Amino acid sequence: MDVLYFAWVRERIGLPKERIETQAATVKELVAELTAREERYAVAFADVSALRVAVDQELTDFDASLDGVREVAFFPPMTGG
Amino acid sequence: MDIRVQEAAFDAGAELNNFAARQTDAGAVVTFTGIVRDVTGGLQHMRIEHYPGMTEKALTAIAQEAATRWGLSDVLVIHRFGDLAPTEPIMMVATASPHRAASFAAADFLMDYLKSRAPFWKKEITGDSADWVAAKDADEDALNRWTDLHDNGTT
Repeated sequence: MDVLYFAWVRERIGLPKERIETQAATVKELVAELTAREERYAVAFADVSALRVAVDQELTDFDASLDGVREVAFFPPMTGG
Repeated sequence: MDIRVQEAAFDAGAELNNFAARQTDAGAVVTFTGIVRDVTGGLQHMRIEHYPGMTEKALTAIAQEAATRWGLSDVLVIHRFGDLAPTEPIMMVATASPHRAASFAAADFLMDYLKSRAPFWKKEITGDSADWVAAKDADEDALNRWTDLHDNGTT
């Protein structure tokens, strides 16, 4: 699936988008997998309460299933308007 | 319904005139325009990042909810991204309805939802720093008043 990062999450991880092959069943499992990868992921995901997640471009929570999902995005709380 | 996500500047006055001119059964039009504000006195520009694809979907969903809930005749949402200088318009909403109460409430609702549920992120660039604007607790609280009202069945 494609994993996208925005705002300071993108800056901390150092890239806007990557393709990831994963067996993670939920967003939470994907976060654990990424966190174990490298320090920069661990830093970005250190406090998930400061993050929001969208699955296939719909806001959801970290318990959401990744079954059949094509795109997951991580970002800080939005500041539109 | 007219939803636009764009880098280009827009003329809020001209947009309002066009929006008002195309209404046939509305007795009220309400608009809000958000402007880049130089709070600290050193802002060079506001950089706005967004999530192409999701942004358009989220704005459309929010506008549709407002239109349904308040029986609007029409809705306009324009939101920019990219680098914006102080005093430039960032975004605008316009709502049209037979009577004013619906247009005022729907515009207020749209702004609360746009702030916290549309995937935009603002960064303030000054001469020597670049800082992401943090979301405020007050913005989340502002959202809750609409769900509370809804749950109470008062709308």
